[in-house]
Amino acid sequence: MTAQGAPVRRQGPPVGEGTLKDLSHPGRRASSFALLEVPDAPVPEELRRARLPSLPEVSEIDLIRHFTRLSQMNYGVDTGFYPLGSCTMKHNPKAAEEVAALPGFRRLHPLQPDSAVQGALELMWRLERALCEITGMARATLQPPAGACGEMTGLLIMRAFHADRGRARPKVIIPDSAHGTNPASVRLAGFEAVPVPSDPRGLVDVSALAGLVDEDVAGLMLTNPNTLGLFEMEIEEIARIVHAAGGLGYYDGANLNAILGRCRPGDMGFDIVHINTHKTFATPHGGGGPGAGPVGVVDALVPYLPTPTVERADDGSLFLERDRPRSIGRLHGFHGNFGVIVRAYAYVLLHGADGLREVSELAALNANYLAELVKEDFPLAYPDGRPMHEFVATARRLKEETGVRAMDVAKRLIDLGFHPPTVYFPLVVEEAVMVEPTETETRETLDAFAMALRQAAAEARTQPDLLHEAPVTTPVRRLDEARAARHMRLHW
Amino acid sequence: MRFAPHTDDDVRQMLSRIGRGSLDELFDQIPADVRLNRPLDLPAGVSEMQMVAEMRLLAARNRDVDEIVCFAGAGAYDHYVPSLVWQLAGRSEFYTAYTPYQPELSQGVLQVLFEYQSMICELTGLDVSNASLYDGATALVEAVNMARPAGEGRVLVSSGVDPRYVETLRAFGRGGGYEPEVFTSGEVPPIDDGVVAVVAQFPDRFGVLEPVRDLFGAARQGGARAIQVFDPLSLGVLASPAELGAEIAVAEGQCLGNHLSFGGPYLGILAARMEDVRKMPGRIAGETVDVDGRAGYVLTLQAREQHIRREKANSNICTNQSLMAIAAAIYLGWLGPAGLEELGRQCAARAAYAAERLCEVPGVELLVGGRPFFKEFALRLPRPAAEVRDALLDHGILAGVPLEDADGHALLVAVTERRSREEIDGYAIALAEVLS
Repeated sequence: MTAQGAPVRRQGPPVGEGTLKDLSHPGRRASSFALLEVPDAPVPEELRRARLPSLPEVSEIDLIRHFTRLSQMNYGVDTGFYPLGSCTMKHNPKAAEEVAALPGFRRLHPLQPDSAVQGALELMWRLERALCEITGMARATLQPPAGACGEMTGLLIMRAFHADRGRARPKVIIPDSAHGTNPASVRLAGFEAVPVPSDPRGLVDVSALAGLVDEDVAGLMLTNPNTLGLFEMEIEEIARIVHAAGGLGYYDGANLNAILGRCRPGDMGFDIVHINTHKTFATPHGGGGPGAGPVGVVDALVPYLPTPTVERADDGSLFLERDRPRSIGRLHGFHGNFGVIVRAYAYVLLHGADGLREVSELAALNANYLAELVKEDFPLAYPDGRPMHEFVATARRLKEETGVRAMDVAKRLIDLGFHPPTVYFPLVVEEAVMVEPTETETRETLDAFAMALRQAAAEARTQPDLLHEAPVTTPVRRLDEARAARHMRLHW
Repeated sequence: MRFAPHTDDDVRQMLSRIGRGSLDELFDQIPADVRLNRPLDLPAGVSEMQMVAEMRLLAARNRDVDEIVCFAGAGAYDHYVPSLVWQLAGRSEFYTAYTPYQPELSQGVLQVLFEYQSMICELTGLDVSNASLYDGATALVEAVNMARPAGEGRVLVSSGVDPRYVETLRAFGRGGGYEPEVFTSGEVPPIDDGVVAVVAQFPDRFGVLEPVRDLFGAARQGGARAIQVFDPLSLGVLASPAELGAEIAVAEGQCLGNHLSFGGPYLGILAARMEDVRKMPGRIAGETVDVDGRAGYVLTLQAREQHIRREKANSNICTNQSLMAIAAAIYLGWLGPAGLEELGRQCAARAAYAAERLCEVPGVELLVGGRPFFKEFALRLPRPAAEVRDALLDHGILAGVPLEDADGHALLVAVTERRSREEIDGYAIALAEVLS
C-alpha cells in the first residue's frame, strides 16, 4: 500500500487568510434587518455599553468561504472510517437530520403549553418506553444533555435514595479501567471514588470487590462490556455483592452498542442506566457535542427522576408533571437536548427490534474480524478475553522492539488515509490501541485499515522515521501542545 | 431499514476468518441467566420514507412558532436564524466529527472554536472563554463550581435569577454540598468570609435592568466571585459583564443562531478572567505551532479535565455542545458589530412599543413598573396568566410565559427583532378581546 496521504488537506490560499478577524474590513457586514417601524427606545445612558465589541466585519461570501474552507480541514464519519474505541462513531442517518429540522420540532418554544406540543411529548413518551425496553428499566428521563450529566443524574438519584433510607453512604466503587467522567462525577455528586482493580483477565476482580463493599458503599458504576471491550461474565455475582450490602448498580451505557437485544442491564441486576444516544443511536457527535444522556431506573427509583416527567392523562393526552416531591430536581434549563432525542427516536423507528439486534451482531462481527486481522502486530491486551463490539490491543511489543509508540502508529495511519483509533486509553493498558469499527463499515474498509496498520508496523522496523515524523500530508503536522499550555493564546 | 452493509456472503466469510460458526457464538460469554431470550418488544423496523411520514405526523401535532406568533422568552428566544448559519454548521465534516483529539485532522473545528472563544471574549470583555457547555443553567452550575474549587463556601443568588437556573443549581448543589441562598434583587446582602459566589442576572428574570455594579463590587470586596447571567444579544447596547464588574459571566447561547428546538440542543457560554483559567470547566482551544513552525490549534490546558484529573477534576463535562458553538461563531460573524448594535436597538424599541400597547388594555399593567427593561417585560393581568395564554393561542398568538409571581397573574413577554408592529398591534387587540 502506498502512502495515499491524509484524508483532509490544507485548503484555500496558502497565505493571507488566517482567522475570521484577518478578513475583517471596516464597514463590511452580512446582516440585514427590517426597517424599525416603531419609535426608538434607547436604554438609559448609565446602562449602555461604552464601546462596541470588536467583532469581525465581513460579507456573506467571506463567511461562506471561510467556514467552508475550515470544514474541508476537518474529518467526520462522512469523510471516512472513524474507528475511535469507546466512541461508537457509526454512520449518522441523513433522514434523522431531515426530520429533526421539521418546523414542528425545530420551531417549538420549550415553554409552550402542553396542549400545543402534544406531538413532541408523544415522541418523548415513546422514546422513553423504547429505551426502557432496550435496557430493562421501568422509567427514564430524557433530560441529561450528555453522558456525563447522565452520570450526575444517576448518582444524585443514588444519593437521594440512600438519604431517604436514613443513611448517607459516602463511597462509590468504580473499576480502575473506568472512563474519567466516572470518578469526576462521583466526586461532584459528593461521594468518594473507590477503585476496584481488574483481574488478570481484564474483568472486575470479584474477590477484591467483595472486600471493598460495605454499608458505606452507595453503589457501583460499571460498563458492560467493560472499557476493555470484555463482557463481565460474573455480573450476577457482582450485582449480588453490591445489593447484599444495600448498594445500587449503575450501568454506564458507553458500550450499549454491544448488547442490543442480546441482554439488558436491568436483567444483569443494574438499577440505574445511562444511554449515550450519540453512540448507540447514531445521533451525530457534532465535533464534540451535542449528545444526549437519557437515564433509566428501576421501579424503586422512579420517584427520584428529574422533573418534569412526561405523563399520560386519563383522556390520552400527555402533560409535563412538575409536582414530584421526591425528585432530585432539574439537571437542565429545559427538557434536555430535544433535537438529539428526535434523531434517536428516528433511529429506533428505522431499526425496530430485529434491526437493533442486528446492529450489535454486526458490530461484534466487525470488531472480532478486525482484531483477527491485526493481532500479529497488535495483540489483544488481554489475549484470553473475547472482544465484543470493540477491542483493546497493545503496541507494547512494537515499542520495545522498535521504539515506535502507539501515538506514532496513530499519526502514520493519518498519512495512510485513515483516522486513527483511540490510543492510550484505557489507562491500565500500556501503549493501548482501542479500536471500535462499528457495524456500519464494509469488510473492504476493515481489510484496508488492517493493511494500513500492518504496513505501519512493518515500517516501524524498517523506516521508523516515517512514523516518528508523521503526519506529513495534513494541514498542520504534529502540534506543540506544551507550548499551547504555556503560552495560552486562547483568543485572537 | 439497516445501515450495516454486510451481505450474507460477507457474514459467512468473516465468521469463517475468525473461526466462529454463527453470529450467536460472538455472544457466548454472556451468562445464560442474563440473556434476553425473546425479541425486544418494539415495533418492526420501517423504511426511511415510512419513518419520515411517521415523524411528520408527530410534528404536525405541535403548534410551532412559524404558525403562531411567538412572544415567549424566559431564556429561549425567537430570534432570526440566518440561512447561512446551518448551511455552514450543517456541513457534515463538522457535524459528523468527534471531539478534536487528533488535531491534524480537526483543524476546522478547532479553529472555529478558537474564533468562537475570541468573539465571546469580545462580547463579554472578559479574558477567556471555554469552547461550550450544555446550556445556560448548567453553565451557572459550572461557574459556581469554579468559585468553590475546594468544594466549600456559601453561594448567594439574587431573586432576579431565572428560577429554572436556581432549581438546576439546587439539584447539583446537593452533590456539591451547598444550598443556593436567595437574596432580594436590588439589595446588597452581607458578604462575609464564608461566601464564595454571588450570582445576579442582568437583565433580570423580569427583563428589568436592575443595577448590579454595587453588588458585584461588594462581592469582589468580600472575596467572593461576582457571577453574572447575561444575554449575549444585549451586548451591542447594554454594558458588558466586564464593565459591570462581573468576574465570571455565563449565558444561554441559543439566541446566537441556534433554533428553539423545544429547549435543546442549546449552548452554555462561560467566560472568566485569566487568573481563573485553570479552574475553568470544559474544552478550551488554543493556538500553537506545529513542528514546521506553522500556526495551528489544539485542545489545551487538558490537565484540568476529567480524562486527566479524574476524581480531582473540577468538572465532569466531556461531550459538550461544539456544534452550537460553531453556529454561534458563524452567527456572530454574520452580525458583526453594527448588526449586534442594530439588533439590540430593535429589540429594545419593539419591546418598549409592545409594553406600551399591551398596557393600554384595561386591567393590564407592568409587574415591575417604572424601571428600564431590554427585550422582555412582565405584565400583571386581571386574570390568571395561564388562562389568558391558552385563550390567546386560539388567536394564533403565543402570548408569553406565565410566572408564579403575583399569584399566577404575571405573564413574561419577550419581543425580538422578528416581531413586527403589526404583530404587536394584533396581540394588543386580541388581549383586549380575551380580557373583555
